[in-house]
Amino acid sequence: MSSTDHRTEPDTAAPPAGASDQHVAYHPSAREYIRVGLLLIALTCIEVLLSYSSLSGTKLVVALFACTIIKFVLVVGYFMHLKFDNGRFSRVFALGAIGAFTLYAVVLLMFRVWSS
Amino acid sequence: MADAHADLVHTEYTSTGLRSTKLAMWLFLASECLLFGGLITAYVLYRGQSTTGPYPQDVFDIGYTSVSSFVLLASSLTMVLSHNASLARDYARMRLWLLATAMLGLCFVGGQVFEFTSFFREGLTLHTNLFGSTFFVLTGFHGVHVTVGILMLLILVAFSFRGSLSDDPAFPVEMVGLYWHFVDIVWIVIFTVVYLIPAPPPHGAV
Repeated sequence: MSSTDHRTEPDTAAPPAGASDQHVAYHPSAREYIRVGLLLIALTCIEVLLSYSSLSGTKLVVALFACTIIKFVLVVGYFMHLKFDNGRFSRVFALGAIGAFTLYAVVLLMFRVWSS
Repeated sequence: MADAHADLVHTEYTSTGLRSTKLAMWLFLASECLLFGGLITAYVLYRGQSTTGPYPQDVFDIGYTSVSSFVLLASSLTMVLSHNASLARDYARMRLWLLATAMLGLCFVGGQVFEFTSFFREGLTLHTNLFGSTFFVLTGFHGVHVTVGILMLLILVAFSFRGSLSDDPAFPVEMVGLYWHFVDIVWIVIFTVVYLIPAPPPHGAV
């Protein structure tokens, strides 16, 4: 079968050499997933406690965002398997996530500059 | 070895060697980042800009929303356990975890409906002020995504019972799982930005 056959008959195409996403090479065990789940719940508890604490504005925001970023990375890395999957999927998602963050960070900065 | 080959010949691949369905799902999720990024930015931009109440500090109940967050996080765990069971070809357990995920999702949506109803009773609607408009649009869009996820989970369970899932049931479970986990990470951000970071004093207040 030639390398272009899959474009006309996708249902019968064999994967190109190096196809690696059929199944992720490594899957964490159920016990590891539960550990990650418990860690996520613990981080959420810390976030809630922080919101009730006497931390000042900037310190509180930094601490809350630190917890949020850790939770985000844990879910994307372990539950969505990006840590173990083909790197191209990570790049596709990072393009959207980092692109959105950059775009909207610029928008927020612009509005803040205009309002001051 | 023969079984592995049988799995592979029914699979669509791009020229990069990646499965096209999975690549499309990741592209979709990347585009969703822009959608929710826009909604979250709108909320942040208008924080503290409302000229009339109710204000966030008047209506939010952090304890209640924290419980909702725990429920959604737990649903992400049950989703990944379902995928794990599907990889082990333990389909009874896969269905069980899928149903558990759908039930937890329903609890979350039910909680959101209750929260919205209580906000309405306190006078906060989509048209009341900037806070109401941006809050309901952002969390409403998220709620719709969770509802779509629940439907996808239930359809997956129904297909599984009918035996009409593909030769590789782990794959559709993984795809629905990616969507479900994405909905979870969006909530992780919303929970912090909307609920936990204290709102600035109302517009014009000293």
